[in-house]
Amino acid sequence: MEIIVNGQKETGPPCTIAALVARKGLTPGALIVELNQQIIKQEQWQAIQLKDNDRLELLSFVGGG
Amino acid sequence: MQDDGLKLGDVTFTNRLFTGTGKFADNALIPKMLAASGSQMITVALRRIDTTTRSENILDFIPKNTNVTLLPNTSGARTAEQAVRIARIAREAGCGDFIKIEVITDMKYLMPDNWETLKATEVLAKEGFVVLPYVLPDLPLAKRLESAGAAAVMPLGAPIGTNRGLETKPLLELLIENCSIPVVVDAGIGRPSQAAAAMEMGADAVLVNTAIATASDPETMGQAFDLAVKAGRAAYLAELAEESGVARASSPLTGFLD
Repeated sequence: MEIIVNGQKETGPPCTIAALVARKGLTPGALIVELNQQIIKQEQWQAIQLKDNDRLELLSFVGGG
Repeated sequence: MQDDGLKLGDVTFTNRLFTGTGKFADNALIPKMLAASGSQMITVALRRIDTTTRSENILDFIPKNTNVTLLPNTSGARTAEQAVRIARIAREAGCGDFIKIEVITDMKYLMPDNWETLKATEVLAKEGFVVLPYVLPDLPLAKRLESAGAAAVMPLGAPIGTNRGLETKPLLELLIENCSIPVVVDAGIGRPSQAAAAMEMGADAVLVNTAIATASDPETMGQAFDLAVKAGRAAYLAELAEESGVARASSPLTGFLD
């Protein structure tokens, strides 16, 4: 599977959003996930299987003015 | 004269100092600054996470269930479309309806792109956002933002983070005098006295981030800005006495001793 995560190409075994988040060691609480420009709520991460060419954005709120 | 507060969207702010969460040496200072300043509106930004470093969740440092409203900004957007996308993400992520539109293409002076900002305002106001556009102080543009449904207009006093104060003062005055929506002076305010000056002129609020966050003691500086904003607002409501080119004695000019 080849997907684009935060603008970077990534290859790996097929997986769900939840599995990808876990593999990257990210804390779900602070994380906002956008898949192909659609926000995916945390409850759905387990159910959504990533596919080739998916564009995933892993975002969070940071300090700013 | 009593200050009735500033109504934006459905929220009435009784404190007219808006603050930011950027540049604090330690994010643990943010809740202390909020408590000391009484600020009821605070900005946050949205970014891609850096998977190589463990970054803190800024929202953890903003006390929940208080009267503090989150103001996500669209910083990083270079076009109206990007700003709209960030605003929608922020709302879906549970940050509420307030959005500060910030569209910047000029990375040297960080001047807001007024044209893209107007386009984003038109879209987001229709979607029910409480839109606070960050702009260069330009009266015709401010009137267009007003027509587009902006909740307020946020002109800069000086470029972001410069602490140079009200360099755009004559233009800010035009906006304050002629806009029917609130005017919030955002960016460039470096000192409490400059915040007081903006409020004396009739600004409805000021947004201060760098000057508080990068002070040696942000908590006390937050308090200093709160006092200055209150003083400036009270002076505006009390209506300033006239200036004069010549001296006007305060003590009687009669009945002198020989």
